[in-house]
Amino acid sequence: MTGSSPILEMSGISKTFPGVRALSDVSLNVYPGEIHALMGENGAGKSTLMKILSGAYQADGGGEIRIDGKPVAINGPLSALHHGIATIYQELSLAPNLSVAENMLLGREKRRGPIIDRGSMEEACRTVLKRLGVTFGSSTKVSELSMAERQLVEIARALIANARILIMDEPTTSLSSRETEALFALVRQLRTDGMAIIYISHRMAEVYELADRVSVLRDGTYVGTLEREEISADRLVRMMVGRDLSSFYKKNHDAKGSRGPVILSVRNMGDGQRVHDCSFDLHQGETLGIAGLVGAGRTELARLIYGADRRTIGDITLQGKPLSIRRPEDAIEAGVVYLTEDRKHLGLFLDMTVRENVNLNVLGRDARKGKILNLRAARERAAGAIKSLGIRVAGDIVPVGTLSGGNQQKVLLSRLLETRPRVLILDEPTRGVDIGAKSEIYRLIDELVRRGVGVIVISSELPEIVGICDRVLVMREGRIAGEVGGIGHPPISQENIVAIATGVKESAA
Amino acid sequence: MTLPNETSASVQTSGAAGVDAGTRSLQKRLAWRSTLQAIGMLPVLIILGIAFELMSGRFMSVQNISIVAQQASINIVLAAGMTFVILTGGIDLSVGSILAAAAMVAILGSQIPEWGMLGIPAALLMGLALGFINGALIAFVRLPPFIVTLGSLTAVRGFARLLGNDTTQFNPQLPFAFIGNGYVFGVPWLVVIAFVVVLVSWFILRRTVLGVHIYAVGGNPDAARLTGIKVWAVLLFVYCASGLTSGLGGVMSAARLYAANGLQLGQSYELDAIAAVILGGTSFVGGIGSIWGTLIGALIIAVLSNGLILVGVSDIWQFIIKGLVIIGAVALDRYRLKGSART
Repeated sequence: MTGSSPILEMSGISKTFPGVRALSDVSLNVYPGEIHALMGENGAGKSTLMKILSGAYQADGGGEIRIDGKPVAINGPLSALHHGIATIYQELSLAPNLSVAENMLLGREKRRGPIIDRGSMEEACRTVLKRLGVTFGSSTKVSELSMAERQLVEIARALIANARILIMDEPTTSLSSRETEALFALVRQLRTDGMAIIYISHRMAEVYELADRVSVLRDGTYVGTLEREEISADRLVRMMVGRDLSSFYKKNHDAKGSRGPVILSVRNMGDGQRVHDCSFDLHQGETLGIAGLVGAGRTELARLIYGADRRTIGDITLQGKPLSIRRPEDAIEAGVVYLTEDRKHLGLFLDMTVRENVNLNVLGRDARKGKILNLRAARERAAGAIKSLGIRVAGDIVPVGTLSGGNQQKVLLSRLLETRPRVLILDEPTRGVDIGAKSEIYRLIDELVRRGVGVIVISSELPEIVGICDRVLVMREGRIAGEVGGIGHPPISQENIVAIATGVKESAA
Repeated sequence: MTLPNETSASVQTSGAAGVDAGTRSLQKRLAWRSTLQAIGMLPVLIILGIAFELMSGRFMSVQNISIVAQQASINIVLAAGMTFVILTGGIDLSVGSILAAAAMVAILGSQIPEWGMLGIPAALLMGLALGFINGALIAFVRLPPFIVTLGSLTAVRGFARLLGNDTTQFNPQLPFAFIGNGYVFGVPWLVVIAFVVVLVSWFILRRTVLGVHIYAVGGNPDAARLTGIKVWAVLLFVYCASGLTSGLGGVMSAARLYAANGLQLGQSYELDAIAAVILGGTSFVGGIGSIWGTLIGALIIAVLSNGLILVGVSDIWQFIIKGLVIIGAVALDRYRLKGSART
């Protein structure tokens, strides 16, 4: 990096969508052999900037993109690839029904006349895959690969196209910590090979660990770039939100003071496949965390409790009374609600309005004669939710799909809260949510707990679990492997949780 | 330790102000867009009407408009049921066959001495029962709607022929013939029925809990289940509704003709009903659409058939032109609403 000239210079980049100025006069320089992190809240313009670079969007006139000092016009994804720019999106773009090799060369298949030359395709792919040190073969079907392995296929695809600038958009979102480590090692290897890597992330720890430099965007403008030795969490947060967040994690309730009697008891819960023999108690006015690696069975356990999947064994008692939950509607009826980790596919109705989404669970309760919509109640509930959760939206008849991630999450949360739940199970409540909305969600959880709701938080972000939970269960391979924070258990700390989650340390649950 | 409240509030509002201006204009556009989508094909309908009037000079007469409305009425009724089904992301190919079976039941029932009016409820029940079978196979056995209703398209057609011993059944003294040929305050009964069906459909879709659930199931079935919506009940309802409207279509058809024929009646009616729904802007994957759009779609099809005859276009060319207009109109719609459209 030192002494060399930048491989990529973007200057004066602006982008206007009808009614919204997404980027104004943004500049960014990236050098070969550096990992350049790009940070900013959701809606700050990171994705827009990267989409311009990868050819998905066209910038407004007036800006310039130079590669190796020469101005270039990027007018489509293929032209971006031609200039050596490859992008790995959050949602991977592989065809699961095709093989690894076919995916790597999709659109650029090798041919002999009109006939696909599978032999030489596999050959070329094998060389690249070997360089990445993967364990699967080039003829494996992508549908048989894990998320982490699919990501490797995406990287391999970039390598085989001779990309020199690699854009990675939140690549670790769906990876376990072990897979994340492996990915980091690979990214560092690529840096050593001279590739320029633009790394978009919300996670401070990753940026610390990986980045040579960090650039920050806020509200579509360029705020600044920090060199490696200048990077600190305080400084980055200040740059991203334009203010200090001295008490980011809200926990104003007193763990012992607000904790009431047991509200939910789960005994010997299991589905015979991914969850085995899970038992625990949740108290009123308590935030109970469930930590563990991805695939440890946390979401599966939550879905069993909620009735989304069928359990083969196990009992649930709510406030001392046995509960028979066979379907989600039974759980909602009893006051147990679940916030899904996948709000776009399993939570929201993106084409429907904010008002409809907020009211969906209580339509029946409000309805006249049990069937006819109570339009006024719906309007009032939506207005109330928008106000109390601070949902940023012009009106409640906007389709939910047009909102930012944080606001979508608040809409989904308000739908659950309208049912006045007694037990709230939150699965990755702040995933894909910007820092501002995050702290508001934490404040909301805190307030609910103070009002006596029992809250279960499933999260892969350890600082979050440690920051907001009173007690944490740690799952491993479908079982509750240990507990931290409760009486007679080790104190809550990231180290203790990781030790149990990875099996270094065992603790009586 | 805690953040001063005003700071966070002021930051929030300043942030929101910028967003607000953007989203407010966005909301206006979206509201405009959804209005366009609901009445999207109205301009096409009007243009077609004017064009036929100019070419024939007879199209816009009260008498002809009344004929067009009557011709459209059965398809409007079928398309209303089809709208429910397509809104859930399904399809019902069996409506024409169910119509034939129901019409046959209506005529057979009308032949019962003194109790001829029983033909009406019998036909409606027949439609409902056949729709229930479709719905049960889709909701409980979880078979794909296309396959189930493709099967019943054929099987029910055979059943209709069986009912009438594969002959045409007549009843010149049909007790409910007024439905097909009578008027109330100068408006044909057929048209009144079609309009009532549209109103009831609108009410169900827009003013009841069930209606919201229909849109939700079509928009995102997985989320619907997780939200506690009884997806099976919604599916069962929409296929029953489609069966019932087909049964009603059977009554209307029988009343108009004083007869029913298991083999020919209702042939390819499902295609006209589907075309009306799609012309009306309802998304083929479900979750988006309105009954008013369907009404306009059905009227366009009727105006086309009627107008082409008035202008003296041959039967063969009528088919070709009708097909092309359907494709062209939807293409125009997609182009105009680019970005929001999905089929």
